[in-house]
Amino acid sequence: MAKKTGIEVSLGISEAVKLADVDAIAAYPITPQTHIVEHLSELVADGELNAEFIPVESEHSAMSVCAGTAAAGARTYTATSSQGLALMNEILFIIPALRLPIVMTLANRALSGPISIWNDHSDLMSVRDTGWIAIFAENGQEAFDLTLQSFKIAEDHRVLLPISVNIDGFTLSHVIEPHEFLSQEEVNEFLPPYQPLVQLNPDKPVSMGMVGIPEIFFEAKKAQDVALIESKAVIKEVFKDFGDRFGRYYNVIESYRTEDAETLLLTMGSISETAMEAIDVMRDEQGRRVGLLRLRLWRPFPVDELREMVKGVKTLAVIDRAVSFGGTGGPVAGEIRSALYSTADRPYVASFIAGLGGRDVTVKDFMDMAALAEKMEAEGEIHEYKMIGVRE
Amino acid sequence: MIEVRIHGRGGQGGVTSAEMLAIAAINEGKFAQAFPSFGPERRGAPVVAFARVSDIKIRNRTKVYAPDIVVVLDPSVLSIVNVEEGLKDDGLLVINSHKTIEELRREYGFKTEMAQVDATHIAMEELGLPITNTTMLGALVKGKEIISLDSLVAPLEKRFGRIASRNIKAMQRAYQETVVAGKES
Repeated sequence: MAKKTGIEVSLGISEAVKLADVDAIAAYPITPQTHIVEHLSELVADGELNAEFIPVESEHSAMSVCAGTAAAGARTYTATSSQGLALMNEILFIIPALRLPIVMTLANRALSGPISIWNDHSDLMSVRDTGWIAIFAENGQEAFDLTLQSFKIAEDHRVLLPISVNIDGFTLSHVIEPHEFLSQEEVNEFLPPYQPLVQLNPDKPVSMGMVGIPEIFFEAKKAQDVALIESKAVIKEVFKDFGDRFGRYYNVIESYRTEDAETLLLTMGSISETAMEAIDVMRDEQGRRVGLLRLRLWRPFPVDELREMVKGVKTLAVIDRAVSFGGTGGPVAGEIRSALYSTADRPYVASFIAGLGGRDVTVKDFMDMAALAEKMEAEGEIHEYKMIGVRE
Repeated sequence: MIEVRIHGRGGQGGVTSAEMLAIAAINEGKFAQAFPSFGPERRGAPVVAFARVSDIKIRNRTKVYAPDIVVVLDPSVLSIVNVEEGLKDDGLLVINSHKTIEELRREYGFKTEMAQVDATHIAMEELGLPITNTTMLGALVKGKEIISLDSLVAPLEKRFGRIASRNIKAMQRAYQETVVAGKES
C-alpha cells in the first residue's frame, strides 16, 4: 500500500487542484472553505502551480471571472460555502447553460439566519436547480479523488458541465486524516489537458451568452437537461477508469451491508461514515437486518440505481441535512419518494431531518432513526418529515 | 481506538498538539484524525481540540464524547471547566501543573489514572514562552504510549522549522519529568 500522508482535508483538495494543473482560480475567502484557496494562492505565489490566481471582491465576481476564464478555454477552479454560494446564485445558472466545465469545491455550511458557520446541506439545496452536477465526498481521500475525477468528467465533450464537489464544512474541511496521494505522472496519464470544444478566441470569434428568444429558449433548456441526465453514463465511466487505474472505485450510490436488509438508512456526505458504525452495531450486536445507502451523486439524480437498490426493502429512512420549509419532506426524501412513487413494490419512506447547523448526528441517533422508521412503517404512519435531535 | 481531548485556551496551540499527534500516528502507519472544536477561535477563552488514533480505519465523525485521554495544557482551566467530563473509567488525565498528583487529587477530587508535569516551567526554560502544546505531547506519550515519542520529531520539525529543536527538547524533557500514578481504588 502506498504511503499515507496526514494532512488537513482542505489541503488535500488543494493538492488535487495543483496536480490537475489548473490554469485559473478565482475565489473569495469564506469559512469553512478558506484553507483550500488560501493554500492554492500560496502554491501559485511560490511558483509551484502555474496558474492565474484572481482575487476578487465577492463571490458574484468569483463565479463571473470563472465564467470568463472557462470560456477562454482555461481549466478553471473555485471554492465556496454558504453565503458565498448564495451570492454566486445568478451566475451559477449561466455556467451550465454556457456548458462551461468549472470544478468547484463546496464546503457545505448552513445558510443564515441565524448566522451559522457550521455544517449542513442547506447551501447546496438552495442551488438544486441550477443545472450543476453535484457529487458528495465522505472523507478526505474521496475529496482528493473526486476533485481529480471531476475535471475529467466536466471536460468530457459529452458532458461539458460544471461540477460541485461537496465536502461537509469543518466535519471534513478542518480534519487532519490519512490521504494517499497520486503522483504527477499518474494524474497526467489519467487527466489529459483540457481541450475546449468552443472557446473565446479573437482569431475565431464566437458569441456566447446570447439571448434566447421564445423560438429557441425551450430547446436550449431541453438540450441542457439531456446533457445533465446523460452525464451520468460518463460519470460512471470515469469512476471505473479511476478505479481500474488506482484501485479506489466509486459508485453513484454506495451501499454498506445491504444484503438481506429489511430496513435501509440513506445518507449524503460525511455522516455516512458514522452511520456505518451504527449499521455495524445494529447488525453485529442486535442481529437487525439494517443496511445503508450513501448517495454520492445528487445531480443528476441516480433514479434507476436507486429503484434497483431498494427492491425488496420494507423501510427506507432518508436522512436530510436541510429543510424545505413547509414542504412535503426533506429535499432528498422528497426526491426519493418521487422517484419511487411509480414503482410497484416500493418501501415505506421515512423522512428525517438531522444535523442542522453543525448539530452532531451520533451512532445512537442513527440507531434511533432506524428503529423509529420501522415503527412508523409497522403502524403505517402518514407523515411529511420529522426533525431528529432537536429540543422542543 | 484511542480518543483524546485536549483542553487549553485559544492561542495556546491545542489544535497543533492534536495535529502533531495525528500526523505522527499516520506516519507510523496507524489511522488518525485531529480536529478543532469547530468554530470561531477566541484567544484566551477555554477551548478544546480532539484526536483519534486507531489501528483500523476511523469512521466516527462526531465530537469526542467519551475520551480515553484528556490533556490539560493550561492549569487555569481546571477551576472553570470539568476536564473529566465523559472521561472513561479507565481513562488517563494528563495535567500541566506545578502541583503534585496528590495535591491535584485533593483539590479537584480526581480518582482516575493521572500524569503530571510542570510543563509551563519546562516551556519557559526551553522556549522562553509559557506555551505548552508541544511540551505536553511528551507528557501524553509518557502517560500512555499510543505512539512512540520519536514519531513526533518529524512532524514537529516540519511544523516549527528553525524553532523545532527547542520544541522537541521541551517535549523530550517533559517525557522524562512526567510523573504517572495509577487509578485510585
